[in-house]
This record gives sequence, structure tokens and C-alpha cells, in this order.
Amino acid sequence: MAATTAAKDSGKSFNLKKWARSRSGQQAIIIVTFSLIPLLLLLVFTYYPFVEMFKFSFYDRDYIKVRSFVGLQNYVDVFKRDDCFRALWLSLYYMGGAIVQLALALYLATIFSFGVKGGNFFKGCMFFPYLINGIAIGFIFKFFYTRGFVFDTVLQWIGFDLENLPYWLRDTRINNVSLVGTSVWKYFGQNMVLFIGAMMSVDSSLYEAADLDGANKWQQFKYIMLPSIKTIVMLNLIMSITGSLSAFEPPFVIMSGGANGTATYFVKMHEIAHTSRKVGLASAMAIVLLLIIFAATILQQLFFKYVFRNAEDEDKSAAAKREKKLAKLRAKEGGRS
Amino acid sequence: MTAVEKVKKYLWIFIKYFSMVFFSFVALLPVVSCIITAFKTEEEYQTTNVMTLPKSWLNFENFSGAFQTAGMGRAFINSAIVVVVVVVGSVMVGSMLAYVLNRFKFRGNGLIRNLFLFATLLPGIAMQVATYQLMYSIGFINHLYGYIILMMGTDVISIYVFIQFFENISISLDESAYMDGASYFTIFFKILFPLLKPAIVTCMILKGVGVYNEYYSAMLYLSDKKLQTVAMSLYTFTGPLGSQYNLICAGVIISLLPALIIFIAFQNQIYSGLTAGAVKG
Repeated sequence: MAATTAAKDSGKSFNLKKWARSRSGQQAIIIVTFSLIPLLLLLVFTYYPFVEMFKFSFYDRDYIKVRSFVGLQNYVDVFKRDDCFRALWLSLYYMGGAIVQLALALYLATIFSFGVKGGNFFKGCMFFPYLINGIAIGFIFKFFYTRGFVFDTVLQWIGFDLENLPYWLRDTRINNVSLVGTSVWKYFGQNMVLFIGAMMSVDSSLYEAADLDGANKWQQFKYIMLPSIKTIVMLNLIMSITGSLSAFEPPFVIMSGGANGTATYFVKMHEIAHTSRKVGLASAMAIVLLLIIFAATILQQLFFKYVFRNAEDEDKSAAAKREKKLAKLRAKEGGRS
Repeated sequence: MTAVEKVKKYLWIFIKYFSMVFFSFVALLPVVSCIITAFKTEEEYQTTNVMTLPKSWLNFENFSGAFQTAGMGRAFINSAIVVVVVVVGSVMVGSMLAYVLNRFKFRGNGLIRNLFLFATLLPGIAMQVATYQLMYSIGFINHLYGYIILMMGTDVISIYVFIQFFENISISLDESAYMDGASYFTIFFKILFPLLKPAIVTCMILKGVGVYNEYYSAMLYLSDKKLQTVAMSLYTFTGPLGSQYNLICAGVIISLLPALIIFIAFQNQIYSGLTAGAVKG
């Protein structure tokens, strides 16, 4: 009896060993060991909080104590309270800024792709703001915008009168624009680098051919460059609109948490969660914003699909033109040799 | 070349370089004004305009003052620990996961990819309400290890950079090694990992700068003065010190030196890493 169990056991462990040595066994082991930690981190620090947050949004609670189940009351409050949903209007400023930033980045990237002496230096200067930590940016711009300090001094150099200049951070008519400016300042160089990367993938002989055919810079931009970087421009546009809805950093670090009517939706949410300790309401705010972001992303994708459908036809004609130009170039070279 | 063409050509050159110089000036002005102020003595700062150059470029008093007031020595040690552990950890975790996802077909492969992709759509700050609750209940608040583990979490971009890189390494390399009797662990650690070097450098730099600059989670989870990171240590200058900009500017400049050095040394890796991440992600 004992002998048979021993035999069974050894048979089992023998099989397990054999399985572990077999190819499929080895694969299974490595798949499990290599994906266990990342999956665990992802589930614990992203999906678990996500699910919890959804639950929190139905309760009146702080971090430790649950007071009561309130159903949809938190969601009603998000739309009813003056300070919550209205903060979302401020994203319009950030969307405006995002569009300025993309246009500027596209313009500068185009210039770079035509060749600039000392280009690397200029590129580095414009990119560097992206690498500065948020708190330092907060101090830098508090200093920059202080009455009579950097910005005012530079404006005086070019002839403005200090008397006529507003208080950049205090005046509620202008302070959101000042804040959006800092966000454009931080990201335009980074956007530019992305666009330059996409433009570099264009075959440079196309430009030479176009040059020989007498195409001007604008035509080269429109017919050769733009089609090839369309995807990344669209991608950035989508991301920047989503980013505007969740704008956070400028008011949080420069205005010390959104004073003087600069509190965006997320700044308000942070305040409600960590200062007022209304965790349920803050969770509902987060869920509402997530839904808006999803809706916006889907709508944009549908919209761009529609635009792309038309652009595709245009592409074909542009490609045909390019082919013609290349053929001409080859013919010319052939004639010379 | 006709006169009109000549004018056009020079106009274009003028526009080109004017744009370059102007926008570089815009990008640098806020930082440069900070550098100028950081070298001024207290008296100079009170009496001169902010854009007037300091009398001496060797006045490092503000720098040492800021360094001591904000306790930046301690902060640099904390930041170094956090950056090194997070960078090494996330490179290991990211490359291992990318290896498994790229090399093996198994049930759940697509699911894992989608889980990571969907996670990018959830804005981190929105989730902080619930993350804070989680960190609180597992006792991760005010411990460096808690913050480090949180930071190591989902780094989708580096996973994508690694997957992209694996796609360009022929699978026949794995196959022949396997035929020679190497285990999958050996194949990964001895053969593929060394080949990943360019991708590893890129991810390390991007992640390192990102973690060094991170302040929101640090503010929530490392509020203890002894645990402050460099970015956080600047918060010392709010309140009563809030208008001593010669000191503040010096602190700001110290805090951005490491990023500047890394940037100058690894410019091209940073650019290419960003482009790779953006195209795929």
C-alpha cells in the first residue's frame, strides 16, 4: 500500500518535472513568471482603484469613514454645485492654447525640416522647458508674472507702459490666458520634436525633385510633408483636447491650488477630495470626467475617420503627382549622363 | 536669379532665423531671468530691476543658502534612491513583459495588451482619490518603498518601446539558442537583454527624468520632511520665504540641473524615445 502511494507520488512529481522541461511547460512557466509582477502592479494600482472609485461615488464618505449610501446624489451634486461642473468651461482656454501650441509646433518643425544652421541648439532651447519639474515651473512663472518683474520689463522694452499692463495672475480677465501660456511654453518644443521625427521619415529626394520642378516651399509643405505627418498631427490633436479637459498643472502649481477663479475641474476635484475630504463627491467628479473624455475620444475618432475618408482620395492624387515629379527627375538625370 | 527671387530668398532666410531666435528666446527667458536673479545679493535684488545683470557671476551665496534652507542634500539622496530603483525596476519589468507578449502566443496575450492600453486612457490624477485610499489602507504613506512601488506601476510607453524593439530582433535567434539547449530564461537574460541596450537607455532616461520631476504623488505620499524629493523640497519656499526670489531662483536652478545635464548628454535618445513612444502609443 505504502509502496504504491510512493510510486504514485514519484510518478506525479516525475510528470511535473517532465512537464516543466517540455517546451510548452517552459513557455508556461516563463509567461507566468514574467507577466506576474507587471500585471499585479497594473491591477492593484490602476484597476482596483478604478473599481473602488466607482463604488465610492455612491457614498457620502471620507478616506476612513463611510457615512451613508447616497445613491446618485453625488452625481446630481456634480452638475448642481456652482463650483464643479462650471470649472469645466475653463478647459476652453486650454483647448485654445492647445491649438496655438500645435500650430506653432508644426510651423517650427517645418522650418527645421528645411535645414537650419545651428538647428540642434535651437531645438534644444525650445525643448528644454518640457524637462523642468512642475514645482520649479510654478515658482518660475510666479516670478515671471509678478508686477514689474520679468514679463513687464520685457514688454516695457518694446514700448508698453507699465500703467496699462494688467496684473497677469490677479486680474480675472487675463489670468487664465497667462496660465495657458505657461502650458504652451512647456509643451510646444516637445510637440515640435515629435513632428520633426515624423517629417524626417519622408524621403528627401522628393523635396529635391519638387525643388527642381520649381515647387515653392508652401507647395512642398502641402503636398509632400503634410500627408506624411497627418497621423501624428491628428493623434496630438486628440490628445491635446483630452488633455485640456483634464488640465491641472498650471493653476495647481502657479496659483497654489487655483486661486482667483483659475481652478480647473481637476484642481477643484483635488480640493474637494483632500481639503474638504468629500471623497464620494470627488469620485463622482472623476467618473463624470472619464465619461466625458471617453465620449470625446470616440466622437473625435469618428470625426477623423470621416475626414480621413475624403483625405484618402486627395492623397492618391498627391501621390500620383509625386510619382510624376520623380519620373521627370529621373528623365533629367538620365539625359545628363 | 532675378531680383525678385533674390528678395524672396533672403526674406525666407530672415523669417527662418527670426523665428528660431525669437522662439528660443521665449523658451529660455523665464529660466534665464531666474539664473540672473539667483546670482544677485539681497541688496542688489531689492534695488535693481530683475533683468539687470548681477554685479558678480561668482556669487554662490544664494545657492548654498537655498540648498541648506530647503534641505536639498537629503532631498537629492531621496530622489536618487527613488529614481534608481524605479528606473531599474521598470526597465526589468517592462522588458520582461514585452518579451512574453512579443514572443509567445498564448490565451490572454491580447487581453493583457488591451488592459495596458486601456489604462492609458485613465488620467492618473482622476484616480488619485481612490489610489490614496488604497495607499492609506495598506500603509504605504510616508514610506519611500510605497512611493517607489506606486511609481513602478503601469509604464505603458516603455512596454511599447520594448515590444517594438523585439519585433526587429529575429525570432530565429531564440530558436537556434533553444535548439542548443538554452532555457527561455537564459535566452532572455543572456541573449536578448543585451541586444535591447538602445531601447533600455532610452527608457531609462525618459522614465528617470519623469520620476525625478514627479511631484503630485510625492506631495501626497511623501509629506514627511525627511522623505522629500528634490521637486518637493522647493515647497520650503512658500509662505514666509515666498518673496525672496533670489533664494527661490537659486533653489529652482539647483533642482533643474540634473535634468539639464541628462538632457545635454542624451539629447538624441530623448528625442528618439519620445517619437517612438508617440507613434506607437
